[in-house]
Amino acid sequence: MGAARVGVVTFPGTLDDQDAARAVRHAGGEAVPLWHADRDLKGVDAVFLPGGFSYGDYLRCGAISRFAPLMEELIPAAHAGLPVLGTCNGFQILCEAHLLPGALTRNENLHYVCRDQRVLVESNATAWTGDYTPGQEILLPVKHGEGRYVADAATVTALESGDQIVFRYLGGNPNGSVNDIAGISNEAGNVVGLMPHPEHAVEDLTGAPSVDGRGFFTSILKRFVSL
Amino acid sequence: MIDSVKRAADNPDEPQPYAELGMKADEYDRVRAILGRRPTSSELAIYSVMWSEHCSYKSSKVHLRQFGTKAPESEALLVGMGENAGVVDIGDGWAATFKIESHNHPSYVEPHQGAATGVGGIVRDIMSMGARPVAVMDALRFGALDAPDTRRVLPGVVEGISSYGNCLGLPNIGGELVFDPCYIGNPLVNALCVGLLRKDQIKLATAPGPGNKVVLFGARTGPDGIGGASVLASATFEDESHAKRPAVQVGDPFMEKLLIECCLELFEADVVVGIQDLGAAGVSCATTELAAKGTGGMRVDLGLVPLRDPSLLPEEILMSESQERMMAVVTPDDIDAFMAICSRWDVPATVIGEVTDTGRLVMTWKDEVIVDIPPGTAADDGPVYERPFHEPAGQVALNADDPVRLARPADLRATLLELLGSSNLASKEWVTSQYDRYVRGNTVLAMPADAGVLRIGEVMPGAEETDRGIALATDGNGRYAKLDPYAGAQLALAEAYRNVAVTGARPLAVTNCLNFGSPEDPEVMWQFAEAVRGLADACKTLGVPVTGGNVSFYNQTGSTPIHPTPVVGVLGVLDDVHKRVRHGFTASDLKIILLGDTGEEFGGSEWAHVTHGHLGGLPPRADLEAERSLATVLVEAAGRGLIEGSHDVSDGGLAIALAEASLAHGVGGTVQLPGDDPFVGLFSESASRAVVTVRPESFEAFAELCARHEVPCYGLGTTGGSTLRVEGVLDIPVDELRATHEATLPATFNS
Repeated sequence: MGAARVGVVTFPGTLDDQDAARAVRHAGGEAVPLWHADRDLKGVDAVFLPGGFSYGDYLRCGAISRFAPLMEELIPAAHAGLPVLGTCNGFQILCEAHLLPGALTRNENLHYVCRDQRVLVESNATAWTGDYTPGQEILLPVKHGEGRYVADAATVTALESGDQIVFRYLGGNPNGSVNDIAGISNEAGNVVGLMPHPEHAVEDLTGAPSVDGRGFFTSILKRFVSL
Repeated sequence: MIDSVKRAADNPDEPQPYAELGMKADEYDRVRAILGRRPTSSELAIYSVMWSEHCSYKSSKVHLRQFGTKAPESEALLVGMGENAGVVDIGDGWAATFKIESHNHPSYVEPHQGAATGVGGIVRDIMSMGARPVAVMDALRFGALDAPDTRRVLPGVVEGISSYGNCLGLPNIGGELVFDPCYIGNPLVNALCVGLLRKDQIKLATAPGPGNKVVLFGARTGPDGIGGASVLASATFEDESHAKRPAVQVGDPFMEKLLIECCLELFEADVVVGIQDLGAAGVSCATTELAAKGTGGMRVDLGLVPLRDPSLLPEEILMSESQERMMAVVTPDDIDAFMAICSRWDVPATVIGEVTDTGRLVMTWKDEVIVDIPPGTAADDGPVYERPFHEPAGQVALNADDPVRLARPADLRATLLELLGSSNLASKEWVTSQYDRYVRGNTVLAMPADAGVLRIGEVMPGAEETDRGIALATDGNGRYAKLDPYAGAQLALAEAYRNVAVTGARPLAVTNCLNFGSPEDPEVMWQFAEAVRGLADACKTLGVPVTGGNVSFYNQTGSTPIHPTPVVGVLGVLDDVHKRVRHGFTASDLKIILLGDTGEEFGGSEWAHVTHGHLGGLPPRADLEAERSLATVLVEAAGRGLIEGSHDVSDGGLAIALAEASLAHGVGGTVQLPGDDPFVGLFSESASRAVVTVRPESFEAFAELCARHEVPCYGLGTTGGSTLRVEGVLDIPVDELRATHEATLPATFNS
C-alpha cells in the first residue's frame, strides 16, 4: 500500500497545522488537511490535532472546538480505534471531548512558557510511541499558558497503574502538572495527548535543538506500512 | 442634529472645537479655504486626525526626505517609503516586507492592551502589502529595573505581546530590552513585523476603477480608541456617556488570525484590487488614502459600517481605532467570491461604498451628505513645518565630561560579573520565554542570537522551492544618541547591520522607529534632525535603503524628554539558509578570533553606566567603511563555510561578548587579550567588531580573507572546557557566569 495518510485538523485559530503536516511529510507520510466545519475524515489512517488557540481560547481551551462538525466524526472513530494525537491545544481538545481524562489548567506561575524541555518517555505501548523505549529521555519544546494537567486522585491512580502516563517532565516541571505528567493515553493506547510539541523537533535546521520528535511520526507510519 | 454639508454651508460662523482637536488656527483656516466653507463636524474629525503629527509627519517630513534624496542605489528595493511597508527583493521570485512602529503612549496607559494592539497594528500593515506575516520582534525600553513603575509596566507589556503574538501564531524571534531611568514616565514599545510574498503579488493601498466596491471587513467598529474625538464628543454631544470613551484600543488576536488566513485566501484568489489596514485614524485614514491614490473619488455610506455600539455617531465612527479591521477595493465581478472567502473564515464583511471618478470623497449618513472633500487634501496635503532647532545648552559640557576621569576597577573579574548581571546585559529569558519562537516551523535562529533567522519555506501555496533565508535585527542606544545623535543613529544602524551579518546574511534594507521628545522643543528637534541626517548618511555609505518606518514624538514627562532613541531594524538575506552561522561557542577546540580594532572608548558605555552612573564624553566612533568590510568578511566566510560560530561585540565590550558566547552552548574558552591594557581590551565598546570561531584547518583561509578586506583579525585562543579564562586576568566557571546572568530579571519579577 502507499504511504499512510495522516489527517491534520485546522480549527479557526489553529496555529501549528502547517508544522504538523510538514513533520508527517518528512517522515514519509501523506498529510491530509481536515477542516473543522466538514463532517469528513477523508478516510485517513490517523489524525493529528495540532496546537494553537482554537476560537481564541477565550472560553476554556478546547471547549468550543469539541463541538465542531468534524469532531462528531472523530469522536466515534477514536472510540473505534482510530489513532489520534493531540498536542498542546489538541491535547486540551481531547480532554474536553472526553477522549482523554482530566483537564489542562493555567500554568502554576500564570505565565506562558516557551522552552526546550527534557521529557521522559514512560510508555511505548501506544500508537504514537512505538519507536521510543521506556525510560528514554528526549528533548521537545513546550509552549503554552494552560498546560497544567490535573485530574482527581482516582483518575491519576488509574492512569499510573494502567501504563497510561506516556510522558513526564524532567529537570523542572514547566506548568505544575500533577505527578509531572506531560502526556497521557487512553486505555486502548490509540489516543495520545501531550503538551510538548514533537512537530517542532524534527529538523536540524529549524525548531528546537533536537530531532527527538521524529519518533511520533515514524511510529504511526510504521503501523500502516506493516499492515 | 446631523451636521451635514448643507447645514455647514447654511451656518458658516458656527464655532468649531478645532483647537481641542489639536488643530492650529491657521490649519483650521486652511481647511475652510480648501472647502470654501466651514467643515462639517465629520470633515473636521477627518482633517484633525489626518493632519495630526502621528498621521501627517508634519514636523518630521522635511528631515525624513533625506532618506529618499540620499538613498543608495538598490536593486533590491521594490516598494519604498510612503506605502504601508517597504518591500525588498530577496531573490528566487521572493520578496520580504517589514516595518517597525511605536505604540509607546498606549503601553504606558494600559500596558497589556497597548502592547498587544501595537503588535496587531504592525501585523496588519504587513498583511496590507499582500504578504503573509511570518515573524515579529519587539524593541522595548523601560525605566530602571528596580523602579516600582517598571514592575507595573513591564509585566503588562510582555504579557500583551505574549498573549497577542502567541495567539496570532507568529514566532517572536528577537528584539531588545533596555532599562534606563529616562524611560520611567515614557516607556518605548516598538513592534516589528516581517512578511513574505511572491514578487508579483504586491498589493497597494489604492482605489482605482469607478464602480468598484469598497468593503470593510474584520471586526465591527466600536467606541474604542477615540482619543482625539473625546473632546469633540464633549463639545458637540449632549449625552455625557459619550464623553468618556476609552482611548486605548482593545485587541482580539483570534480575529486577527482569521483576518490573516482570510486575506491570504483573498490574495490567492486574486479578488483584491487595493487594500488598506485600519490603524491610526481608522476609517478616516483608510478612505482618504485609498481614494487619494486611486481614481480619486469614493462614495461611502457610513450608516452601513457594522457597529459594536449602535449609538456611535458619524464623527466617532470616522475616528474609532477599533482593531482587526481592513478595507478592500473589489470589482463587482469578484465581490461574491470575496464575500464567500470571508464567510468561510467567519470574518464579517460589508460593502460600504464604491469608487467614483468625481475626485471627491463623499460620505452620507441617514441620506444626508456629511463629508464632501477632495481626499488628497486630507491624505497628502497636510501642513509641513520647518521647526526651529538648535544644539542643547548643555551639549558641549556633556561631551567634555570624558569618562577618562572615572576610576578604573582593580578587580576585572568582579567587574565582568557586575556587568553581566546588570539589568541591560542580564539574560532576558524571563521575557523571551513568554514568547512562542517556534510556531510555523521556520525559525532557524532566535533570541539570544544576534539576529533572528527564518527559512523561507511553505509560506503560501504554489511557492517555488528556495534555500534562501532572511535575518532581522533591531538595535538602538539612547545613551550614545544623547551624547551625539548623528553618531548615535549611525551606531544603531551599524549594530543592527553587524548583527545581521554575523549570522552570515547580507544586509539589504532598513526600517526605523525614531523615538524622541517634543518637536516643539528646539533642543529635541536638533537631536531629531541630527539623528535623521546621521542615519541617512550611514544608509548611503552602507548601501542599505530605508524602506519605511515611524516617527514617535512627544516622548517626555513634563519638560524632560527621553534620550533620543532611534531604533533601527535591518533585514538581510542568506542565499543558502543552511549556511547560517550559529550563536556563540558551538563546540570545543575551535580557534577564537576577534575581528576589528579596540580603542579606548567608554563614552556612554555600560561600564560607565553601571559602575559610575556616568553619561558623558563621546560615543564610540562610527567607522562605516570598517563596518562594511567586516560584514563583507562575515558574509563571504559564512558562504564558504569557514565560520562555526559568531557573536557581535557591542554593549559591555569583549568581556560580555565572550561571556555570552560561552553561555550560548555551555562551552568555555581560553583567550589572551591582544592589547596591553586588559581593562580597555575587555570593556571598551569600540564598534565594528565581532568574535568568531573557526576550525583550526580553516584558519589560514579565513585570515587570508580578512587580510584581503583589511579587517583586523586577532587570534585570541581556543574554545573548550567549562571555564572562561582570560590569561593572566580572570577565570570564571561557565556555571558561575550563568547563575549571575540568569538571576537578575527573575529576582525582580518573580518576587
